[in-house]
Amino acid sequence: MKEYQTITEISGPLVFAEVDEPIGYDEIVEIETPGGETKRGQVLESSEGLVAIQVFEGTDGIDRASSVRFLGETMKMPVTEDLLGRVLDGSGNPIDGGPNIVPDERRDIVGAAINPYSREYPEEFIQTGVSAIDGMNTLVRGQKLPIFSGSGLPHNELALQIARQATVPEEDDASEGDGGSEFAVIFGAMGITAEEANEFMEDFERTGALERSVVFMNLADDPAVERTVTPRLALTTAEYLAFDKGYHVLVILTDMTNYCEALREIGAAREEVPGRRGYPGYMYTDLAQLYERAGRIEGRDGSVTQIPILTMPGDDDTHPIPDLTGYITEGQIYVDRDLESQGVEPPIYVLPSLSRLMDDGIGEGLTRGDHADVSDQLYAAYAEGEDLRDLVNIVGREALSERDNRFLDFAERFEDEFVNQGYETDRSIEETLGIGWELLSTLPAEELHRIDEEFIAEYYLEDETEAAAVEAE
Amino acid sequence: MSQATATEDVREDGVIRSVSGPVVTATGLNARMNDVVYVGEEGLMGEVIEIEGDVTTIQVYEETSDVAPGEPVENTGAPLSVDLGPGMLYSIYDGVQRPLDELERRMNSAFLDRGVDAPGIDLEKTWEFTPTVEEGDEVAPGDVVGEVPETESITHRVMVPPDYEGGEVVAVEEGSFTVEETVVELDSGEAVTMHQEWPVREARPALDKKTPRTPLVSGQRILDGLFPIAKGGTAAIPGPFGSGKTVTQHSLAKWADADIVVYVGCGERGNEMTEVIEDFPELEDPQTGKPLMARTCLIANTSNMPVAARESCIYTGITIAEYFRDMGYDVALMADSTSRWAEAMREISSRLEEMPGEEGYPAYLSARLAEFYERAGRFDLINGDEGSISVIGAVSPPGGDFSEPVTQNTLRIVKTFWALDADLAERRHFPAINWNESYSLYRTQLDPWYREEVAEDYPEIRQWGIDVLDEESELQEIVQLVGKDALPEDQQLTLEVARYLREAWLQQNAFHDVDTYCEPTKTYRMLQAIKTFNDEAFDALDAGVPVEEIQDIDAAPRLNRMGTAEEYEEFIGELESDLTEQLRELY
Repeated sequence: MKEYQTITEISGPLVFAEVDEPIGYDEIVEIETPGGETKRGQVLESSEGLVAIQVFEGTDGIDRASSVRFLGETMKMPVTEDLLGRVLDGSGNPIDGGPNIVPDERRDIVGAAINPYSREYPEEFIQTGVSAIDGMNTLVRGQKLPIFSGSGLPHNELALQIARQATVPEEDDASEGDGGSEFAVIFGAMGITAEEANEFMEDFERTGALERSVVFMNLADDPAVERTVTPRLALTTAEYLAFDKGYHVLVILTDMTNYCEALREIGAAREEVPGRRGYPGYMYTDLAQLYERAGRIEGRDGSVTQIPILTMPGDDDTHPIPDLTGYITEGQIYVDRDLESQGVEPPIYVLPSLSRLMDDGIGEGLTRGDHADVSDQLYAAYAEGEDLRDLVNIVGREALSERDNRFLDFAERFEDEFVNQGYETDRSIEETLGIGWELLSTLPAEELHRIDEEFIAEYYLEDETEAAAVEAE
Repeated sequence: MSQATATEDVREDGVIRSVSGPVVTATGLNARMNDVVYVGEEGLMGEVIEIEGDVTTIQVYEETSDVAPGEPVENTGAPLSVDLGPGMLYSIYDGVQRPLDELERRMNSAFLDRGVDAPGIDLEKTWEFTPTVEEGDEVAPGDVVGEVPETESITHRVMVPPDYEGGEVVAVEEGSFTVEETVVELDSGEAVTMHQEWPVREARPALDKKTPRTPLVSGQRILDGLFPIAKGGTAAIPGPFGSGKTVTQHSLAKWADADIVVYVGCGERGNEMTEVIEDFPELEDPQTGKPLMARTCLIANTSNMPVAARESCIYTGITIAEYFRDMGYDVALMADSTSRWAEAMREISSRLEEMPGEEGYPAYLSARLAEFYERAGRFDLINGDEGSISVIGAVSPPGGDFSEPVTQNTLRIVKTFWALDADLAERRHFPAINWNESYSLYRTQLDPWYREEVAEDYPEIRQWGIDVLDEESELQEIVQLVGKDALPEDQQLTLEVARYLREAWLQQNAFHDVDTYCEPTKTYRMLQAIKTFNDEAFDALDAGVPVEEIQDIDAAPRLNRMGTAEEYEEFIGELESDLTEQLRELY
């Protein structure tokens, strides 16, 4: 391993150094400052005689006399089952004071793409216990379903609730006791505040979830460039646990917005031609390389399910970060400011939310035969009620027909009873659908034309007494 | 240079000078533009995209981590080509036509490794060849010399390659052969095998383009009914995420009445491709009753696979489509999504530090798009036959804004526009195609077909439907201000009719066994039933019946069940007479 003291330029997170041997693209670099500090970086561009290095821990303290060592390999993540229960920093070093990690293997963090031919289509229903998700935007094992949120909204509470409650119902019965259907949680934090980090850690400790978790922490005051590595470390660990060790892994990445900011910072420092709003043109590819590392593989037991969280700048979902994310992920869950201020917990706005893998994960044998129809009908009815709200503001309730008034009432009750359940309530899918039917029964049966007649016969609550009886139960 | 002719070792023709992501420069490489080269010790496949002095710029189709300057580069001296021959149907390829199942076997891993080659068609497998020419026959380029039963539904026609001279047949074989064995010899010394190679960036020759006059029937009511595409036509489906581009593309791939379907998943989700791989072999082609996969060729270059291969996958797809067209088939190509392709161009362009055009896209974006869509059409083939390629491209405009460059440049070329609408998708109106914004310029030229095959008055009744929907959107603006009850009764009734048009006719459930495919006659009959309701209802209104009573008749909600009705003729017939009877009873 050769050492160079040939730095020619330092600019933002980038260091340029002259070399006299060929250096591999993406290779890992160690830079030792005169102060004795060692920083790590990665080769961004390698040409004969000159390399550009992106330094993870920030370039402060580096001068032209600093020495540069090329390690001759790309970035690796030491993986082992013993990582469960550990807390690591954004570069993968333990910060919980525990013992050193003895890896079984060191894996390249870039991770090769899963061959689409080798994938298994995800269709196992995950019960999150949250009605707005289970009933309307069902999550399945191996899916990537981001939470689109905004600053100051309770997306963390929602993510924690999902992490706490997520189970796969059928397997609960089959493998009772061994906890086989519980998820191992990988938590990748990128640029979140220490306070938010504490919130997560406390919840993990309170619920005992930490033993089946691996936590990667890159806090707001940690170097921004490190954020480009953190999710890759997390996902490499997730893939190892899922596809080599058979765990069902739930990966929570927060906050993707900070990750993208870091990408932009590097792009700007490299004087690249920027794409929309200054973000690099390759951001789609870059994000895809993270999000696509979810799924199931034919013949392997485990799965990787991803819940990335992103805060939309200005609550604008046409901003490049949510926009590109939405094009890659299999749906999205919107956390909404208006619902939040109405006190709805969790404030999930179901209309723009979507789970693309829902159709194959629900129905007879998976959840219940009427699930798809009920969810469709709830959507349509709620959308109609929402439309009428605008009209009510202008003409008042009295000017509306009885039919319209019923839809308005439905929309109100849908938010209050179906969506608003609190962060500690864990509803089974039966309960969720039951509430759905209770609400739909406030509408005339002939309005429910999205539902198969046979389900209406079975579940529709004909009159008030029947409805009351169900409520009493 | 195709996958079938690849060799093992990397010969040192040139040396790598620099590496930056998928873009590598090399010196000493005496290459031509678009030649395929093998880069580095591992022999990663790449293509020459720029030559400046002694420095050659290469886009590499695989991940370049750990590749270093000084490593060798081999020039194959041939442009990126595909292997054409029997065995492409039932296949799933990556962007440079490597079969993904074969890659899994060769890499022995579920993850895509680097530097592994696999021929696009199986070179060892034997096929039953039956000649259609005899010794002494004169054959020209493009002529069919024999047939191979490739799948249950498709006969593969073996042709004289278009770059041959042709001549008199001097020897003909019959029986089992591999694709590389000679089956027909010509007096020009040329030997015809079942295997052809063709450079992907070059259109296969055809004589002439003709005006397409047959629709590509899709089984989707809003498409067949309002915005048809012709066999040989082009269509674009732009829409924000979650508006149902992929579901629409999948429905088309499943139900379109093309002979061959080439589905290009360009930079999209891995799980979606898996869904196609798992579903298609089990689904039946409604025309032939054979598995859908028997007429399908898939190209999957998902979003996390290398970006340069994403750029090439569109060309790989269209070249395969042209090859089947040359056999005289009607081919439909779905590209999902062309925006990812354009972004791949942008990414490579920006690594080359080219001067950007609009929104960072290269200035040649519109030329490339036009070039691609122009490879669609209804053609007179060089062998005197006819064949067509219909191209349906999904577009993913950032933020759902149709004014962005890819959508705009696409709209300048394509003749059918299916605008997906997030609002419709939110209220679960699927397919979420906006009927006010969409258009098809093929309507008039397809009308004779509709009159002949579906119903003589089809164009008129369709126009009636369009008028009602137009009127509705105007009335809706007023309703937003004053409420529905403030409208005069006839307008309220129009709104009611429009609601049935939207909910019973335009909406279609892609996940319902019956509703997922709707033949043109059923599309017509459903529309007719709604018109019956309309006509009878207005008669009743004229006779003084209040609009509430008309709306409340028992039979009306049954209009919504027409789509899912199995025996639709019976169901609709009965419904129409019930509607008429109940409405006439009112006065």
